[in-house]
Amino acid sequence: MNVLMTLEMAAECHPERVAVTCGERAIRYGEMLDAARRSGATIRASGCRYVGFLDVNSIAAPVALYAAACAGLPYVPMNYRLTKPEIQALLARIAPAWLIADPALLEGVDIPAGFTVVDRETFLRDSLDASVQVDAPVPAEPDAVAVQLFTSGTTGAPKAAVLRHENLMSYILGTVEFGAARPEDATLVAVPPYHIAGISAILSSTYACRRMVQLPNFDGKTWLDTCQQEKVTNAFVVPTMLARVIEYVDGAGVDAALPGLRALAYGGGKMPAPVIERAMQLWPKVDFTNAYGLTETSSTIALLDPEGHREGFFSVDPEVRKRLHSVGRPIDTVEIEIRDGDGKALPAGEVGDVFVRGGQVSGEYLGIGSLLDADGWFPTRDRGYVDKYGFLYLDGRADDVIVRGGENISPGEIEDVLRQHPAIADVAVVSVPDTEWGETVGAAVVINGDAKVSETELRDWVRARLRSSRVPAVISFRQQLPYNEMGKILRRVLRDELSIST
Amino acid sequence: MAALKAGSRLKSAVCDTEVMVVRAAADDVRLECGGAGMLAMAAEKPAGVTLDAALAQGTLVGKRYTDAAERFEFLCTKGGKGGLSIDGEALVVKQAKALPSSD
Repeated sequence: MNVLMTLEMAAECHPERVAVTCGERAIRYGEMLDAARRSGATIRASGCRYVGFLDVNSIAAPVALYAAACAGLPYVPMNYRLTKPEIQALLARIAPAWLIADPALLEGVDIPAGFTVVDRETFLRDSLDASVQVDAPVPAEPDAVAVQLFTSGTTGAPKAAVLRHENLMSYILGTVEFGAARPEDATLVAVPPYHIAGISAILSSTYACRRMVQLPNFDGKTWLDTCQQEKVTNAFVVPTMLARVIEYVDGAGVDAALPGLRALAYGGGKMPAPVIERAMQLWPKVDFTNAYGLTETSSTIALLDPEGHREGFFSVDPEVRKRLHSVGRPIDTVEIEIRDGDGKALPAGEVGDVFVRGGQVSGEYLGIGSLLDADGWFPTRDRGYVDKYGFLYLDGRADDVIVRGGENISPGEIEDVLRQHPAIADVAVVSVPDTEWGETVGAAVVINGDAKVSETELRDWVRARLRSSRVPAVISFRQQLPYNEMGKILRRVLRDELSIST
Repeated sequence: MAALKAGSRLKSAVCDTEVMVVRAAADDVRLECGGAGMLAMAAEKPAGVTLDAALAQGTLVGKRYTDAAERFEFLCTKGGKGGLSIDGEALVVKQAKALPSSD
């Protein structure tokens, strides 16, 4: 059980089918296996212990992933938007490594001893050199590390999440039918290579024998243009990306028709209701899928499928309508349980901590170890509940819960209420230290254009709709909220800022 | 005869078939392809052993094969002419549940 198997099977059955397209360049499945084997042999001979990748999406990303598997080493794609000191710190943690990198990102960075650094073009030129013949490598054991991803570090220093071959393959074998893609199918990969969805896109597409279209730099216009030009049939986006595409479509008044697009999956954060509803209006024939997963679970563990979307969209029953904002049901190969603070399983409808179990769940960090309990359950640190139909609803991160005088308050419900206020464009609710209550509610709000609203008005708005304990004690008006590049709000930054202002 | 280990790969002694063990009960069983015991990937194919024409149902790459009790499951990673069996019981193709693409 090794991720390389996905490429070996694809190359065996569809050697001539295009595996990856990026701009003008393309590589076929047969070529990609040869390229991975060549580079894998070179990397293995170098004595390096990791294969690092510090670059935008291109043909080189999937080749590098499979070359690492051929070399029997962990593949470590890193965030190219980090600052130089942050990059330096990550490199020190993977020394000695074979590093494929954009040279501009390494200017002023001290490369640790034992590194071999190549740029994308050199890496591809050598891996595609057909004059070099190499044998098939002996695959690493199923419990060898396939991929190591540094978490985004929104709550502290990045942790190195470890994904073993057996974790990733358990996910692929449980969710993808081999060779299921039609010859004309193409999937648009817009998430960056260091995101778990970027990893699973490569493995899933390869196992399905589907062509990947790699998008180096995302913006709404490029995404839409690429969908049209490449006749993209499948795509995955994070909610922020879908919001940007819709902003572009509605703002520029362009033709948004995507006659070739059949399936649009999204995940990686909370999807705002107006965004998904507008998308379903724009592309009524497209199948929408909401995928919930974490880095530590080898991506998707629950899905709201296209049928769930349509039921929610067209129903008048509020119980069914709200389904559109669930993350669906667990996939067949994992189990999900909601637990209270004492670890006891909770019945349907009650909010608690989300736990997950299954072969794809790694739950392990380098230097920290496994966070799985004795029975194999992993605490996701997400809060949520399962309704009587089995649909999972998320309610924010456990770390974001505001504990006010012993009462647990979820920022999500307050944000939802404030977002309905006509003057509010964006909002985030965080905990703020309070001498009387321990913690209390702080709200950072962005006002729509030239709208005007007072703190008192917003407090009354919340008080009229929720319990008084939910009324923000601190309100901060801002030009914008701090997001990371994947559209995750940086609550730690807001907590710090709002705490100082009290 | 040996217990099969999930994640390990085996090859046919008489055709091109290769499989990966997806799930296996702990018992010692005999996994055959085309009437001959399957081998470790690194093993030499024995001389003189040929495909039993009566057991040549064939395997297809990407298909899952299972016994009636679903105690064993194999993924065919390379197709061939032989049919798979466990202790004489022919394995059948398991129908996969179609999932929407989520990445």
